[in-house]
Amino acid sequence: MGNIIKTSPHKQINFLKKEIAKVSYSSQEGHVPSAYSIMDLLWVLFKESINVYPRNQKISDKFILSKGHGSLALYAMLLENKKITLKEFGSFSKYHSKLGGHPDSNKLPNVLASTGSLGHGLAISVGMAMSSKILNIDNKIYCLIGDGECNEGSIWESVLLAAEHKLDNLCCILDMNHSGDRAIKLLNLKEKFLSFGWAVKTIDGHNHKEIKSSYKSYKKNKPFIVIAETIKGRGVKMMENSHAWHRRSPNKDELDLILEELN
Amino acid sequence: MRKQFVSTFESLIKKDKKLSLLLCDIGVFGFRNSIAKYPNRVMNIGILEQSTIGVASGMSRSGLIPVIHTIAPFLVERAFEQIKIDFGYQNIGCNLVSVGASYDYASLGCTHHCPADVALLKNIPGMEILTPGHPAEFDSLFREIYKNGKPSYFRLSEKSNIKSNKVKFGKANLLKKGNKITIIAIGPVLDVVLKAAEGEDVDILYYSTIIPFDSKALKKSMEKKSKIMVIEPFYSGTMSNLIIESLELKSIIIKSIGVPREFLRNYGSVEQHDNAIGFTSKNISKELKKLINA
Repeated sequence: MGNIIKTSPHKQINFLKKEIAKVSYSSQEGHVPSAYSIMDLLWVLFKESINVYPRNQKISDKFILSKGHGSLALYAMLLENKKITLKEFGSFSKYHSKLGGHPDSNKLPNVLASTGSLGHGLAISVGMAMSSKILNIDNKIYCLIGDGECNEGSIWESVLLAAEHKLDNLCCILDMNHSGDRAIKLLNLKEKFLSFGWAVKTIDGHNHKEIKSSYKSYKKNKPFIVIAETIKGRGVKMMENSHAWHRRSPNKDELDLILEELN
Repeated sequence: MRKQFVSTFESLIKKDKKLSLLLCDIGVFGFRNSIAKYPNRVMNIGILEQSTIGVASGMSRSGLIPVIHTIAPFLVERAFEQIKIDFGYQNIGCNLVSVGASYDYASLGCTHHCPADVALLKNIPGMEILTPGHPAEFDSLFREIYKNGKPSYFRLSEKSNIKSNKVKFGKANLLKKGNKITIIAIGPVLDVVLKAAEGEDVDILYYSTIIPFDSKALKKSMEKKSKIMVIEPFYSGTMSNLIIESLELKSIIIKSIGVPREFLRNYGSVEQHDNAIGFTSKNISKELKKLINA
C-alpha cells in the first residue's frame, strides 16, 4: 500500500480514527475495521472532491454509503466537516442518538439513504443519477459499496442498469477490503465491470493522490467504478484483516494500544 | 382496471413533469404511447424488481414521483425488503401498482398468485394500501394521493364491480344500513356481497382503502352490534387485527371469508377459484344467515 499521505491529513485521519475507537469502546458497538478501511476514501471525497451538502440542495453532488456498517467513518467525516458535534458523535448507538450502527436518513439531513442491509445503496444511487439526467442537473452521484456486498444480486442488477442508461454521472467506489473472500472470492473484478460496460480504475485505497485522481476519471456515456484495494482495520495492526474484529469493540487495554498506535 | 391505470397515468403525465413510471417488463404494450412520448420518465426498466424499487427510491429522493408496475408477487414478495427499507424506513413516497391480485393469473399457478400482498405490506409502517373495486375508483383514488409523499400500494384486479362508488382515500362507504351484523366488503368483492345481503338487516361497509383503516366508520357501525362478517379478497384473517384494534375492548365475533392459507394448486379460471373458496353470493348468504343466528 502506498504511503503518500500528507502529514496533516494523516494526523487528522488518525485523530478521527481515535475518536472512532473511543466511541466504540464506550458504546461497545460499531464496525470499527470497516470504518477504518474507508477513511482515506471518504476523506478525499469529502475534503477534496465534493462538498458535504444538505439534501435539499438538489444541484449538489451526492454520496450514498451503501455499506452502512461503515457508518462510523461517515459520522467521523460529518464531525470533521462540523455537521455534527463531538458530543453528538459520542452519543453513537445510544437510545436517543441520531447516530446508529447504520445510518438513518430521517435523523441526519446529510445522510441521503438509510442503509445497513447490503445491496440497496447502489440501486438508490442509480435512481439518483437517472433523476439528475431527467431533471438536467449537472452533478455526480458517489456510492460506496463493499466487496462482500457484491455477493448481493441487487448489486449486479444495478450494475446492468447503470450501463444500460449510460450513467456517466455515477461513480461507484468499491471498498475492496477482501472481507468477503472467505465466502466468495471476487476474481477478475476489473474485467467483470469492463464487460458490463463500465469504466474502471483500480487504485490503492489508502493513497490520497491515487484516490483524488481516480474520482475525476470519468468517461462519457459510461458509469464509473473505482476499485479501491484497502486493508480492513487499516492503521491498527491487531485489527488489520482480522475477521474477529468485524463487529468487536475494544476493551480498555486494547483501546490504550489502539490509541498509542494511532499516535 | 389496467386500461384505466394507463389512461389515468397518460392524463396525469401530460401536466405533471415529475411523474415517472418504471415497468418491470409488464404493461409495456399498454404504456407504449407514454414510453414513446416521455422516454426519460416512462421506461421498461427490466426484470429486476429489487433494484427497480431502489432506483425508484433514488428518483423519489431526487424530487420525482415514481410509479412502479408489475405483477403482485414480483412487486411485493420478491422486492419486499426493498419496499420496507427504500421507501418505508426512508419515509419517502412512491406508487406501487400491481396487477394479478390473489389469483387473476389462475392458470399460471402459484408463482403468479399473491394473496399475501396486503398482509405483508401492512407490516411496513406508513404504507398506504388501496384496493379499488372499479376502474373509476382507481382513477379517483390515484389522482387523490399519487403525489402525497407517502409510499402507496394500489392493488388492481381483473374483476371489478358493476357500479363504482364515490370513494375517498381512507374512508369507508356505508352502503346499506341494518341492525344485526356489520359486513365489511373489500374492493372487487362488493357485488357478490350486495347480492348476498339482499333483504338482510345488516350494515355494509365498503372499503377501497385498507390502510389507513377507517376505524371510525367501523366503530360507529358496531355501536349496537357484536358480529362482523368480513369478505376479504386476499388471505383470510388479513383484516382481523385492524378490526380488533378499531373496536378496542369490545367483545366481537368475526367471520372471515377470504383466501385460505394454502397453495392453490388448481389452475382454471378466476371464477372456478372464487367458487371453490366461496366468494359467491350463495355461499356468503348462507354464512351470513348462520352468523345472524349464531
